[in-house]
Amino acid sequence: MTQVRIHIDGQALDVPAGISVAAAIAQAQRPFRRSVSGQARAPFCGMGVCFECRVQIDGVAQQRACMLPVREGMQVVTDG
Amino acid sequence: MAERYDIVIVGAGPAGLTAAEAALAQGARVAWLDAQAAAGGQVWRKDVQYGWPRRAQRVIASVSNHPRLTWMPQTQVIAAEPNSLLLQNTREARRIRYGALILGTGARELLLPMPGWTLPGVTGAGALQALAKQGWPLAGRRVVIAGSGPLLLAAAATAKRHGARVLGIYEQAAETAVHAFARQLWHWPGKAAQAALLRSQLAGIPYQYGSIVTRALGEHALERIEVDGPHGVQRIECDHLALGYGLVPNVELAQMLGCAIRLEGAHPCIEVNAAQGTSVPNIYAAGEMCGIGGRDCAWLEGRIAGLAASGGAVDAALQRQQRHARRFATLLRDHFKLDPYIYDLADADTLICRCEDVPLRALAGYDDARSAKLATRCGMGACQGRVCGTALAELGLFARSGLRPPLFPARLATLGELASSSDTEGSNS
Repeated sequence: MTQVRIHIDGQALDVPAGISVAAAIAQAQRPFRRSVSGQARAPFCGMGVCFECRVQIDGVAQQRACMLPVREGMQVVTDG
Repeated sequence: MAERYDIVIVGAGPAGLTAAEAALAQGARVAWLDAQAAAGGQVWRKDVQYGWPRRAQRVIASVSNHPRLTWMPQTQVIAAEPNSLLLQNTREARRIRYGALILGTGARELLLPMPGWTLPGVTGAGALQALAKQGWPLAGRRVVIAGSGPLLLAAAATAKRHGARVLGIYEQAAETAVHAFARQLWHWPGKAAQAALLRSQLAGIPYQYGSIVTRALGEHALERIEVDGPHGVQRIECDHLALGYGLVPNVELAQMLGCAIRLEGAHPCIEVNAAQGTSVPNIYAAGEMCGIGGRDCAWLEGRIAGLAASGGAVDAALQRQQRHARRFATLLRDHFKLDPYIYDLADADTLICRCEDVPLRALAGYDDARSAKLATRCGMGACQGRVCGTALAELGLFARSGLRPPLFPARLATLGELASSSDTEGSNS
């Protein structure tokens, strides 16, 4: 399977092309976001409804990690 | 000036797929959009490792490559007006106009609160499938599947295929109800065959009736769950809990367009006639949004809608098949009714609104969604009440309300388009 290189919280990671950003974050064992009261949250609905998997992607905040496939050179910043 | 299409189809699941196929065959110019990157919807979501199911792949390929089709992936409808939609994809906002609109916006999962449901590691059952198909690491993970209905078996099969150790499937319905359901399956040979295949794929995985997961426990992520079943309460150590209590129609866009709704249980679905027409001229709806009916209903209704919207003839045989498929949905609903005990799982401290972290306690004393929202921020977050509002309706507390554009959180530039929409429309006409 073709690999792409992305960065999650500054750390380089080679992942299979076509997987979601959410899957890449899970593979890297990184957290997703903190809730308004500071709880750790992670993907819940898996299909873009619940917004629990929001992270910053390429400088744009509040992106749903479950809805976006990884792209070569992508920079992902979690709330961790 | 906004591009105009004969037919715009929202949703690329089975309903949107057959709608597109039928409309293209009639000679229509079609725009087809979906929020996801690939066609297939939830039930035929493309698996990074295994691709699409064969049946889906064949039709997706023939539709996607059609010269009169414009495919718009990763595109969501932000606002809707008569004859035009405001769309947003990952880069830009655009407005498109339609002669007829076919909605196949499908369903989402019914996600119900219980202590610990916000812990990382707890997801929906369909969510587990969606995540797994997009590369979520499951190899060697201890997974428990719980809730109700045949979706649990499908979720277990997907998890197993991706290397998970499925510890058990916990069905809330009683054994007698599930057996009564199974005895009726021969009326739907396709379903019976699917059930037999799933049973063989899941051989060796414990399946327990009359069992309800009452709480999830863990420090920073899921560590164990409690299951209340015929043998009392048991604790199970696990890494992933997938809960599937059923599905809820996605009707927000249709509602915004003014399509008449009816209630199925606590949740709205779209009212349609025999040609899948809604109460609004030139707007059709097909599949789960017309009432939870499953893949076969969506497949048939999409075709009916596609034909009707493009001036084709809908034959009686197709409509008979559709009615037969709909009867299966009734059978499902009757036999997998949720035990009211499930509605009492959340305690005073359980967060109901996961976006704004509003506990059940804070909602006491309010009898409608709007006043609860104004006072507590419940439903004010990014999901716009899709999770908590739906749960509160199912729990019998209060119905969801306050639907208005944008339909999904949108970028500022898109909202600019929304504000100037009346001017744009004026200069176009």
